[in-house]
Amino acid sequence: MAAQSQIYAGAFADPVFQAQSVFRTLMDGFARPGTVASFSALAAPPSPLGRASGAVALTLCDHDTSVWLSPALAKSAVPQWIAFHTGAPMTETKDDARFAFIEKGAAVPSFDQFALGTQEYPDRSTTLVIEIEALSGGRSLIAKGAGIKDETVIAPEGLPDLFLDFWAANRAIFPRGIDLVLTAGDAVLCLPRTTKLERE
Amino acid sequence: MNDLATYNFAYLDEQTKRMIRRAILKAIAIPGYQVPFASREMPMPYGWGTGGVQVTASILGPGDVLKVIDQGADDTTNAVSIRAFFQKVANVAVTTRTKEATIIQTRHRIPEETLKEGQTLVYQVPIPEPLRFLEPRETETRKMHALEEYGLMHVKLYEDIARNGHIATTYAYPVKVEGRYVMDPSPTPKFDNPKMHMSEALQLFGAGREKRIYAVPPYTEVVSLDFEDHPFEIQKFDKPCALCGAENVYLDEVVLDDKGGRMFVCSDTDHCEDRRAHGHAGHMLARPTPESQEAAE
Repeated sequence: MAAQSQIYAGAFADPVFQAQSVFRTLMDGFARPGTVASFSALAAPPSPLGRASGAVALTLCDHDTSVWLSPALAKSAVPQWIAFHTGAPMTETKDDARFAFIEKGAAVPSFDQFALGTQEYPDRSTTLVIEIEALSGGRSLIAKGAGIKDETVIAPEGLPDLFLDFWAANRAIFPRGIDLVLTAGDAVLCLPRTTKLERE
Repeated sequence: MNDLATYNFAYLDEQTKRMIRRAILKAIAIPGYQVPFASREMPMPYGWGTGGVQVTASILGPGDVLKVIDQGADDTTNAVSIRAFFQKVANVAVTTRTKEATIIQTRHRIPEETLKEGQTLVYQVPIPEPLRFLEPRETETRKMHALEEYGLMHVKLYEDIARNGHIATTYAYPVKVEGRYVMDPSPTPKFDNPKMHMSEALQLFGAGREKRIYAVPPYTEVVSLDFEDHPFEIQKFDKPCALCGAENVYLDEVVLDDKGGRMFVCSDTDHCEDRRAHGHAGHMLARPTPESQEAAE
């Protein structure tokens, strides 16, 4: 029964306004890549999905968006939690997914395995939501691109070793490509496909 | 009041908002690219800004301050009715002052006051596809965007020069965003194009009938198309605003009588009022001067 209560609890108490506030944080995050912001509303999804990642799921997923979950998430109560609260269908095929969720510490597949959109419809691509250790305190990366005045420095901690290679490959196929939402605790950092990253 | 009888906050249902919000995020990630979305019927006809209204409704929160302008004016029919709509369905604070607004919905102007970080400008767009009048088939224009094949647009601008000696396009002047997509800035006068370049504010575009959403993030390169020997130029006005004396602003022509009398006044009413409140006066501003008192007698 513990599993059941996990599935039914943990959504927004005030769905209309909390979803709006989470969306605005995401919108501002994508409009100003590299800024770290905290969600004012959080979800309480079953472990191991993070609270901020759960809030993203509640805000953006519904029956129109198929969701891919990392193996550990797929084995947990998370698929039922997402299904109950958002109605989103699960998919095991990465390039069918509109959203993909990966919990902290899990292996991150290379980004080109997900939907990248087409040259005609580059918007039909996966948005990856990855929880990492922390959004600061890691190795410094210089970010440039749309939404960034001159340049900004980000230092996420706990990114996969090959992250910069994955990201450079993703940047190279613009306008196709995935978009990335990094979460840690209740904070979020968005990286749209336009952002260029390099080591400091 | 019975809650069952009221609309959801900001009129749209939550599923519609989620769908539009997803489109907005993709639009921001691909600056200048037109994201298709499932535009809804709104309680106003197409052409009244249904695209802008749906974008505003999807981003609006209870803490926002909304300003709505129509050709720069806060007090014309379209602006007044959309502002009243959001007051009714979202009970949101409204203002006419550009500085105080967090969301500005606009029909065909960008405010004169430089927009700041944290502000969002929502454009109402009638025809989002800049290539539509050159190529009517959606399948073809989509392919042209995919291949970054914008030669046709340059031919059009060239033909302008061949016929008129200069580029005759004065509004909806095509721009290239972040060096990739050619975008229609909606029918704003080309006077406003330079304001889009590296703006601190987020710019969102909604086309309701055509079912497209696109965006220009802050600090994004927006270049008006031109030629080396015919560089892009904005409109110039001979006289300052007749009411506030402002120069280097976009002016509307107002016909005064049937004898050819006319005046040119700021299209941005808030800017004009603000200047007059600060003591600026144009040559036709009504003032109780000795002369006008004599004339009245």
